[in-house]
Amino acid sequence: MKRLILALMLLFAAPVVAQDQLPPAPLAYKQLDDPAQEAKAQRLMETLRCLKCQSQSIADSDAPMAGDMRHQVRTRIAAGEDPEAIRAWLIERYGDYVSYAPQNKPIMWPLFAAPLVFLLIAALLLRGRFRRVKVKEDTA
Amino acid sequence: MIAEIGLAVLWMAAALALLQLFAGFSALRPGGAVLAGIVRPLAVIQGLLVGISFVCLITLFLETDLSVKLVAANSHSMKPFIFKLAGTWGNHEGSMLLWITVMAMSGGVVALVEKRLREDTLLATLAGQAFVSLGFYAFLLLSSNPFERLPEPAPEGQGLNPLLQDVGLAFHPPTLYVGYVGLSVAFSFAIGALITRDVGPSFARAMRPWVLGAWIFLTVGITAGSYWAYYTLGWGGWWFWDPVENASLMPWLAATALLHSSSVLASRNALRAWTVMLGVIAFSMSMVGTFLVRSGILTSVHAFAVDPERGSFILALLAIYIGGALALFGIRASTVTEGERFSLFSREASLVFNNVMLCGILGIVLLGTLYPLMTEAFGAKVSVGPPYFNPVSAIFAIPMMLMMGVGPLLRWRKDRPSRITATVAIPALIVALVLLGVVVLFPSARLLPMLGIAVGIGLAIGSWLPLRGRNLRRTPLAVWGMVLAHCGIGVALFGAASESAFSVERLAAMNIGDTQSVGPIALKLEAMEPVAGPNWTAIEATISASYKGGPPVTLHPQARTFSSPPGERTESALHTRWNGQLYAVLGDEGDDGRWQMRFWWKPFVPLLWLGGLLVAFGGLLALLGRVAEDVKRVRLLDKIAFRKAQQDMLK
Repeated sequence: MKRLILALMLLFAAPVVAQDQLPPAPLAYKQLDDPAQEAKAQRLMETLRCLKCQSQSIADSDAPMAGDMRHQVRTRIAAGEDPEAIRAWLIERYGDYVSYAPQNKPIMWPLFAAPLVFLLIAALLLRGRFRRVKVKEDTA
Repeated sequence: MIAEIGLAVLWMAAALALLQLFAGFSALRPGGAVLAGIVRPLAVIQGLLVGISFVCLITLFLETDLSVKLVAANSHSMKPFIFKLAGTWGNHEGSMLLWITVMAMSGGVVALVEKRLREDTLLATLAGQAFVSLGFYAFLLLSSNPFERLPEPAPEGQGLNPLLQDVGLAFHPPTLYVGYVGLSVAFSFAIGALITRDVGPSFARAMRPWVLGAWIFLTVGITAGSYWAYYTLGWGGWWFWDPVENASLMPWLAATALLHSSSVLASRNALRAWTVMLGVIAFSMSMVGTFLVRSGILTSVHAFAVDPERGSFILALLAIYIGGALALFGIRASTVTEGERFSLFSREASLVFNNVMLCGILGIVLLGTLYPLMTEAFGAKVSVGPPYFNPVSAIFAIPMMLMMGVGPLLRWRKDRPSRITATVAIPALIVALVLLGVVVLFPSARLLPMLGIAVGIGLAIGSWLPLRGRNLRRTPLAVWGMVLAHCGIGVALFGAASESAFSVERLAAMNIGDTQSVGPIALKLEAMEPVAGPNWTAIEATISASYKGGPPVTLHPQARTFSSPPGERTESALHTRWNGQLYAVLGDEGDDGRWQMRFWWKPFVPLLWLGGLLVAFGGLLALLGRVAEDVKRVRLLDKIAFRKAQQDMLK
């Protein structure tokens, strides 16, 4: 078990360590020349979590790792990759935790069902309330 | 010595709270009437004692008494005065002491001024208040003693997180705490009214100022917190759906619903059970918020498990209060009748609709905040963020905001749709036209911001319609308050939507003398200079900015380095115009010697916080209006009683 944890930690730390040795990410603080592509990248970056910060997207962070991820996103967008494909690649690399957009997986279904359930409850509440009023008015 | 006095006084206050609980409940029984007289004085003295205790802690922080553990861990002798002061509540123990201080003092004020409520309901309320306080006394005294001494005084304090050394943040937590605690008073009123089966207009009138007050503080707290995040974090974001932010939003949502339903109860004697229920929910949300922020559960379920004492304590309190209150509600709910009836087309009905929508948003925020914790229990680490919260809360928020334009125009109890169709047509037309305009002019904008802009403008204008046909001089302050608060919501929504739809970003590496542009603004980097503050040094850029070729203004963004404790923070520079804000941030120096600069042009973004303040100001007007009305009513009753007594004497 301990070994597994250690291995996992190493795996998790690997990109961070690697990033210090790799050449700096030039697109971390540089926008793409094509505004349409940059907008696309920006939209995606706003929905990816910075793994080193508390509750910030990689579009809102000074952390080196967020910069590296911005660089990755911009490079791939510039290469014409689909934003959702990049998201899938990042999820594969870092886990579901990296995506702020809930993925279509069984564990997330209750979250998607919740608004519908709330709407249903709200409708029942309102309906029950006003039907009772109707009855009262009719009998009165 | 001061630390010991503070601790002793705190213990005494806790003992008095216990006595207050006992006396308050005994006085409700037939044989306990003798005790009724001491409950009010007990509440007042308890408030004073805790006040003294809090002053002791402030003194310790101002003197930087390093023999006290809390001071040594959170303060530093070199810190500026204002942050020494703010350091008092900028930590776990101090903030809990602040909480109990505000709570006990509020209890004292209730005991002093509340004369409208039936005496037995008031006693039950004060007993309930004592019950809630006791939990916090226990928490403070048993697991988070702020006055603990170190065996050896520390040579120097450890300082305060540089991010927290900011005037905005110094006063942001206490503002929210006052709001939370105000809701605890409302909770106590609800408990009191349930116990004595006195849920009626006089209960709502007694509770309403506290709910309003709490709501104003929460509004200001959330607005200030959002602005703080906006200008300190250095990336121009103002709301992250961070659990800590959600922890303040949830009580606000519940308080908003409670505020409106207690208004219905006060003036129409309807929605009795619903109002009590919301009173319980609102305080539960404050407790949930405190639990989330204070337990450490947010970083991870596992961080919570490492030091579970505090978290478990708050969780236990949460369970006792909320479970107890719900059980009481369950027992008594059948005896609380629904109150006056109203038709489907009435102001009450529109308020019920909005209450339900607010609860829907509340449910979404609560679920989304807790969901990652729940899945972590199943071994899956997931994130729930803006892509979920924004659209899903909009499902409830947009209909609610549309209803906000209609509801205030309706009459109480029963109305005809035909009476208001012509009036509503104006804002409806505005919403439709704006929506059409945005869609045509900015086809690439996203759906939600477009809807936000249209509904925001429509609401900001439509909210003034209730004043139509009124004599403005004789319009009650509370109506003005409502109009301004509703308008503020529209204004804030417009600012937020405009920011997310039209922000322009420019990231650039610049040498001195280089020029750049962001949106309509031309920029030039004029100089880079080192500067120093009381406990930091910084590099400061001088940037001149000119809007569409107009006269240039100068901005000074800084990159600060703090010494105690060591840390770094960017100090962004803002230039505000009527139609937006320029946001400039200085980043690191690149390998080629050029400076990383970040600029944003954010059209109409200041309206977001202006709208928030407008909402709070509207609340303030309503509070003043209500209190003035109450004072007038009490005076009138006194006068009538006096006349009657005189007549009796004459007879």
